Amino acid sequence: MSLYEEIGGEPAVNAAVDIFYRKVLKDDRIKRFFDGVDMDRQAAKQKAFLTMAFGGPHNYTGEDMRRGHAHLVAQGLNDSHFDAVMEHIGATLTELNVPGNLIAQAAAIAESTRNDVLGR
Amino acid sequence: MPKVNFGGQSYDCKDKSVLDCLTAQGVAIPSSCHSGICQTCMLRAVGGNVPPKAQEGLKPTLIDQNYFLACSCYPEEDIEVVLPNDALTRVRATVSSIELLAGDIIGIKIQPSQTFDYRAGQFINFYKDETTSRSYSLASVPALNEDIFLHVRKVPDGLVSNWIFNNLQVNDIVSISMAVGNCFYVPGKPEQDILLIGTGSGLAPLYGIARDALYNKHKGKIRLYHGAYNTAGLYLAEELRKLEEANSNFSYIPCISEGPAVNGFAKGMVLDVALADNPDLAGWRVFLCGNPAMVTSAKTQTFLAGAATRDIFADPF
Repeated sequence: MSLYEEIGGEPAVNAAVDIFYRKVLKDDRIKRFFDGVDMDRQAAKQKAFLTMAFGGPHNYTGEDMRRGHAHLVAQGLNDSHFDAVMEHIGATLTELNVPGNLIAQAAAIAESTRNDVLGR
Repeated sequence: MPKVNFGGQSYDCKDKSVLDCLTAQGVAIPSSCHSGICQTCMLRAVGGNVPPKAQEGLKPTLIDQNYFLACSCYPEEDIEVVLPNDALTRVRATVSSIELLAGDIIGIKIQPSQTFDYRAGQFINFYKDETTSRSYSLASVPALNEDIFLHVRKVPDGLVSNWIFNNLQVNDIVSISMAVGNCFYVPGKPEQDILLIGTGSGLAPLYGIARDALYNKHKGKIRLYHGAYNTAGLYLAEELRKLEEANSNFSYIPCISEGPAVNGFAKGMVLDVALADNPDLAGWRVFLCGNPAMVTSAKTQTFLAGAATRDIFADPF
């Protein structure tokens, strides 16, 4: 069984996305990066990102990640902000009672995007 | 073999998604994730049925209007599809009444010349001439009202609203678009609590949505917060108070943001008042209409108060 199936597939992503996004928007360290963005469009992007982190179907390339975050890097997006998001992914999955070994696998996938997201 | 009809052409789509089928034959459809997630490739079916799989993850109001994701749609029958905004044919209508509702808001009733499908809370484009139009929300409820009811706020230097205020007369023939928009009540989950927040003529869609929910025997709380600078801007107050008396689950909370407190009105910005009264919105359905700054802020604030993204419906104008 794939990681995506083990975590629970699309229903699991649907359960996770609001919890995750709420944590992100409440976090004083990173919420300014979301000022003025449309909630619905952003929620769809968060869902695509979590789907990828959960090992699910996606079409994102490193280049997409770079392009999508370049304007935020220009505003000062750095490792500390990426770390904050990683924290929220872990906390969200813990809240949903996902076993630790699966959380570690999802975290590793998310971690693999760090250099692209930060434009390095 | 099922066919996809688009833009007057017919395309075979054996074992292919609608997206792959159309793009392979040179039709440009915006797309991104190709996995049924990002919703970039959303189309609308205007003929035939799409499989439920193609609507997974969409808001109920979009499903209700036959929107679907082209990348996840493997048709089992012939379907006719359009781009999301291409369904706007025009309809002629007769103005049946005009009344002043508040200092800068008039109510217009119009009668379309043909069958007119709409949901309370959607909006139409109202044409001044061939190329000039503005959008106005529908305050009427199809099952309850014979005419379509619009609230028009006079915008300083507004081309269409000033024309409506100064020139429009009863019995005039006007041109309107079909109804569009995703901010409306979908029957189901009758126990769910509903929060409606609006400023100014944002009351129009909310007035329609609240009455539509009551007409559909909605059981949960329905709480309507209407905000204005002062009491003069709070129109339809008498009708809303009557609605409150007739329905124990409906409450109307008018809010004024400026000047001294007035008996019977909450004091403060409408969003602040609504959130202070209802701090935990987990499980609620939320409708937000009116001033764009209020609506944007309210989308985030109600989400942070616990409402799910798919249960928040907004119409800024």
